[in-house]
Amino acid sequence: MNQHLQNILDLVGQIDALTDEQKNSISNWVKEADKTLTVTEFKLDRTDKVKRTTAILLEETIQELELKRKAVEESKDALQQSLEELKATQQQLIQSEKMASLGELTAGIAHEIQNPLNFVNNFSEVSNELIDEMNDALEKGNTEDAKAIANEIQMSLEKINFHGKRADGIVKSMLQHSRTSTGKKEPTDINTLADEYLRLAYHGMRAKDKSFNAAMKTDFDENIGLIKIISQDIGRVILNLITNSFYALNEKKKQSPDHYEPTLTISTKKIGDKIEICVGDNGTGISQKALDKIFQPFFTTKPTGQGTGLGLSLSYDIITKSHGGELKVETKEGEYTNFRIILPV
Amino acid sequence: MKQKKENIPISALFCQYKSYIHRMKILVVDDEKDVQVLFEQRFRKEIRNKEMEFAFAYSGEEALKYLNQLHEAVLILSDINMPGMSGLELLRHIKEKHHEPPPVVMMITAYGDADNYNTAMKLGADAFLTKPLEFSLLKEKLKAIQ
Repeated sequence: MNQHLQNILDLVGQIDALTDEQKNSISNWVKEADKTLTVTEFKLDRTDKVKRTTAILLEETIQELELKRKAVEESKDALQQSLEELKATQQQLIQSEKMASLGELTAGIAHEIQNPLNFVNNFSEVSNELIDEMNDALEKGNTEDAKAIANEIQMSLEKINFHGKRADGIVKSMLQHSRTSTGKKEPTDINTLADEYLRLAYHGMRAKDKSFNAAMKTDFDENIGLIKIISQDIGRVILNLITNSFYALNEKKKQSPDHYEPTLTISTKKIGDKIEICVGDNGTGISQKALDKIFQPFFTTKPTGQGTGLGLSLSYDIITKSHGGELKVETKEGEYTNFRIILPV
Repeated sequence: MKQKKENIPISALFCQYKSYIHRMKILVVDDEKDVQVLFEQRFRKEIRNKEMEFAFAYSGEEALKYLNQLHEAVLILSDINMPGMSGLELLRHIKEKHHEPPPVVMMITAYGDADNYNTAMKLGADAFLTKPLEFSLLKEKLKAIQ
């Protein structure tokens, strides 16, 4: 019993003025108070223990949180680094995709340059011979003949000039394709651009696969004039669509009977304040399953090593993000595919 | 050939007659349209002297049509890389179908690679020349045939 309460009880026992009954009552009350006190002390002690445990737990939790905070920070840094690495890799991929498509074109470009060179070399030799002939005619006093020969020389020189410029244009477009895009929009003749890339892609394909064969139909709207576009980028999109079409035509040719005529159609059209460039083929078409994914990066239906899976995804970005246009596709599996580029003027 | 005979010495007449019967008929097949002007310039003397006669086709299909209608070209000069039917396919068609007399076919290509050369030779090409074309070389080959 609590010492103070014991003292009270002892004192009460010594007081003669109290009756026994009163002493008993006081004794009971004191005992009750002692009980309550004991319980309270016990409870207090228990609460104290809980408090101590909680404090320890709290301390541990704080430590744990600190560790976690550090871990989060570390993974944030790691993520940031990964993101930067990813961005760098993406840039590299874009560049290598570009170089891969350039590689495919190289053979075609060689052919395209040999042809104008053939004319430049031979017409210049012809001009030389014609000058000798003209001199002979002049010595004989035959001015009529000399004039006629002079006209022929002039025509030869025009051919040299024309084909020299043609070779120049081919080299320039090749350089433009390999260069990193300037990102500048410049007035461009979309018909010439499309035609150039069609020829390059065709010869590139033929250089790679000599059995490849396709009819090509062009329908260019001559009223378009010059439109402001990033010509390297749009050129890449057109090139990508054409090489995809050639691939689809070639695949279908492999599975088709003899009377199948692989045909690629490329057309341009001015519709109101918009320009539409359409690249279509009667090749293998695109399955519904693949159609949902064609604009996703790294999606390809080509065998491993033959496609980067970046062509259409990059094309999509070029058309929609840098030109504010649309890239649409209509297809029927086994029958046809039409890609439409719609650009605001 | 409708000139008055008395104006021409006998020897010249003979020469002309000889060149008439030996006149080479050449079909040039190339999708490059300026090839026609080039050949007409390069062979202007031969054409003027009626030693050679040229016809031009701008595709393999066109060439086959020409050959099926006229059968008279004795020599065919064909490009290989053309839209549509390639020069090699044309070569195969000619060597398979036009037996008598077998026309001489020379291939002219910007792709002088071994693969192209071997395919052309296997299909029966009589010569294989590369672009830019050396006309002196071509003329030598033509003379050898003549």
